[in-house]
Amino acid sequence: DGSDDNEEGSAVENEETAKGTGQKRPSPRTRRAHARGRDRHGDEEDEDDEDGTRRPGHRKHRNRRRGRAAGNETSDSDMEPTKSRKNQANQKSKEDDEKEADEKGGKSGKANQQKKLKKAQEQIEMHQTAITKRSLSGSCHCKLFRAESHSDSESEEEPITEEELAKLKEEVEEKKKLIATLRNKPWKMKKKLSVLKEAQLFVEKFEGALGKGKGKKFYAYKVMMTKKWMKFQRDFENFKTACIPWEMKIKEIESHFGSSVASYFIFLRWMYGINMILFGLTFGLVMVPEALMGKPYGSLPRKTVPRAEEATAMNFATLWDFSGFAQYSVLFYGYYNNQRTIGWLKFRMPLSYFLVGVGSIGYSFMIVTRTMAKNANDDGGGDDTSFNFSWKMFTSWDYLIGNPETADNKFASITTSFKEAIVEEQESRKEENIHLTRFLRVLANFLALCTLAGSGYLIFFVVRRSQQFALEGLENYGWWERNEVNTVMSLLGMFCPTLFDVISSLENYHPRIALRWQLGRIFALFLGNLYTFIIALMDEINLKARYLLSFNKLEEEKIVKYNMTIWEASLYNGTIPENSTAPPIQVDPADVPRGPCWETMVGQEFVRLTVSDMMTTYITILIGDFLRAVFVRFFNYCWCWDLEYGFPSYSEFDISGNVLGLIFNQGMIWMGSFYAPCLPAINVFRLHTSMYLQCWAVMCCNVPQERVFKASRSNNFYMAMLLFILFLSTLPAVYTIVSIPPSFDCGPFSGKTRMFEVISETLEHDFPSWFGKVFGYASNPGLILPFILLMVLSIYYLNATSKSYKEANLELKKKLQSVRIEN
Amino acid sequence: VYRLHGRYHEMAPNVVPMDYTRDPDVKLPMQLIINMPELKENPFKERIVESFSEDGEGSLSFNDFVDMFSVLSEMAPRELKAIYAFKIYDFNTDNFICKADLEKTLNKLTREELTAEEITLVCEKVIEEADMDGDGKLGFADFENMISKAPDFLRYYFKKN
Repeated sequence: DGSDDNEEGSAVENEETAKGTGQKRPSPRTRRAHARGRDRHGDEEDEDDEDGTRRPGHRKHRNRRRGRAAGNETSDSDMEPTKSRKNQANQKSKEDDEKEADEKGGKSGKANQQKKLKKAQEQIEMHQTAITKRSLSGSCHCKLFRAESHSDSESEEEPITEEELAKLKEEVEEKKKLIATLRNKPWKMKKKLSVLKEAQLFVEKFEGALGKGKGKKFYAYKVMMTKKWMKFQRDFENFKTACIPWEMKIKEIESHFGSSVASYFIFLRWMYGINMILFGLTFGLVMVPEALMGKPYGSLPRKTVPRAEEATAMNFATLWDFSGFAQYSVLFYGYYNNQRTIGWLKFRMPLSYFLVGVGSIGYSFMIVTRTMAKNANDDGGGDDTSFNFSWKMFTSWDYLIGNPETADNKFASITTSFKEAIVEEQESRKEENIHLTRFLRVLANFLALCTLAGSGYLIFFVVRRSQQFALEGLENYGWWERNEVNTVMSLLGMFCPTLFDVISSLENYHPRIALRWQLGRIFALFLGNLYTFIIALMDEINLKARYLLSFNKLEEEKIVKYNMTIWEASLYNGTIPENSTAPPIQVDPADVPRGPCWETMVGQEFVRLTVSDMMTTYITILIGDFLRAVFVRFFNYCWCWDLEYGFPSYSEFDISGNVLGLIFNQGMIWMGSFYAPCLPAINVFRLHTSMYLQCWAVMCCNVPQERVFKASRSNNFYMAMLLFILFLSTLPAVYTIVSIPPSFDCGPFSGKTRMFEVISETLEHDFPSWFGKVFGYASNPGLILPFILLMVLSIYYLNATSKSYKEANLELKKKLQSVRIEN
Repeated sequence: VYRLHGRYHEMAPNVVPMDYTRDPDVKLPMQLIINMPELKENPFKERIVESFSEDGEGSLSFNDFVDMFSVLSEMAPRELKAIYAFKIYDFNTDNFICKADLEKTLNKLTREELTAEEITLVCEKVIEEADMDGDGKLGFADFENMISKAPDFLRYYFKKN
């Protein structure tokens, strides 16, 4: 019997597949199986005395008389879109039974198949014959048949034994797996749809059935909830995809310019996301509480515009410069009061300020590292040139290109790349004049270094000059002197990369290597500029203090404090109060003499730099791209040479320059946001407008690049640079937090000797005492040093294992190659 | 899927019905399909349409249409894309990419800008690099092996909706 079932089962499967692929001939084996089934069933008819068995018998005979019809019909009806639900509902039970038979037959025939199973099987087998024989005109019979089968199957409900339950479960699982992997099968759509529907119906029916006798309701409920949850997840995924901002714009750019230009915009969008979160942190946890719950403007000296500046405080020029009212507001460090808790919520302002600063840096680190790791995973095995030509042939066409111009460029670049590869393959090394090349390269590097040094010195010089101007009072100088630093930095950023480009033509490298050198040099340029700027600023802070006295800053503060007490005394008409019993005189906060506030000054510098950078970028785009395009387009008619092909022609989109600009801008934000909480907000605004402006400019004024740049491998390069910049940007902030005492007259940390003392203060006051003790123990050097040692050891270990994996990888690759060569 | 149906419909509004309950047997000829904006610039557009078409002639029914877009979409797994890519590059549909197929591919890619000897050189290099079983042409196993290592494969086979 078992073998019979087996055969029948496989015959059933045969029929299944035959149906699925639309073939029409049932195999002879099937017929034999049918015959045998019929016999068996005939036997059982006598044995069983249930009602249901009669009808299948009749049905079977009736169906057999109907003549075999195209097997396609099942798949056709299966494939109908969900509009024909009524049909499906009727079909359901019938096909479930089919599936059951299919699966049961599929498993190796187990000895302990009960009578009922066999009966179900035969029934199913008959249903199947019915299906294969169904003619077009027979649809009404089918309905009748289905109705019968429906009621029929209902009468079959009897308790199933444990083994059957287990088997059912297995089958259901298998069906589910089939459904999940259906996408991967290279079948025709029709077949996929039919298999899918059957599997789904089977799973549906038997998941419900499995619950029988075991708290069925709960099981069915659980199943329903799982399904609802999956549906919800799917809808949510769709919603999320629809929500991705600027997706359509970027796809459009991608189709015109290829994936490399689009990768810049994707990077921009990612940056925008990070900045939004930083903005959320600073805005929500620092600016809003202070604005809502802190003391209002004008109540404290640090929150008021001093009398001397009041006249010009509302001028646009002053506001644009971020002094005046802008300076004495939540935008900058100096506004915040050092009260430990503010408002009715007892919001701990200084603590929050500190933690937000540290937290934003931490978050940035985490997300950059995570993205790097993800990119590294996607990149896979990395540099492998073993399939050079094959990859060029099969993967160089960018299927996303939908624009004829880009397509032309792509064809040209593919041709060029093939020719290059051919040339490399054909020629052996060009040994000619290696000395000349080397000399030229050394010369080029020397020139590049000179440029870098020159630009660094220029910035230093300019910052020093601006300090002098500041000391002599800015009103005496025109616009240039006031904005000298920012303009010089921006101009350097614009012209030096072109200079590097020219220098690199001396070097005669392979283009990819030349690009790397170029990027490296620009990177060094920006870095040098930024650090010179910071050093100059730091110098200025110290210099200011030194100028005022010639001691250190504390002395200066003492003197200012003394001056203030004397001034107060003068209000009491010359008598210095020895105690504070006298009622405090109401003095307008604007008149109180103020101490220096270097943090706000630093914040202001960063904000000004960001704003001027933004302006420079926009103006460059408008002039460099847009006006140039207009000029070329309209003056081409009346010009001697063809403007569009020769100089200047339309500009290309400079990906690397833009990406580097973006990265450095972000570095400045990270550096400055501790001193000016408004910086992330400004940057969000800047990125937002920049996205629209650049998208428009790219589509309108730029032409696709001649050499279509490969985007995939450079992604991690940019991320690595970003990480490096992040690290460098946090250094100054950390240095100031740890070693420079905060100003005594402004900011949330005034009055403390070091900024991080706010943490110890919080631990003392707000946490239970044992917490403080634990922390004290934890920050004991005796504990920290072993911890550091442990981390170093683990890094070393992980490094060693990764090296060994790489070596194993290489070995395997070599083996593969040798096997290939053998063949 | 409804969007795809909309696209399919608008290519030939008088032929394609809006209602698929009766499963009409409608096929769109190749000419209409290769004029779609996504495919227009593609040098392999005819091959793409042919490999998805049921009758091998290039006419696509709606199911084939959906099939094609689902394979080319971002959601399709790598293996599936590899299978269809193999079909696309196999011009003479003998389940092997032989030298003639390679030459045709190369010509389509470079719009016949390369000289004859360059073409032969490249084709020979490709077979040398990718042919594992030494039969002088690329079977599916060879192709898959080579493609799975390519870093750019997935990127260039995505499609917007």
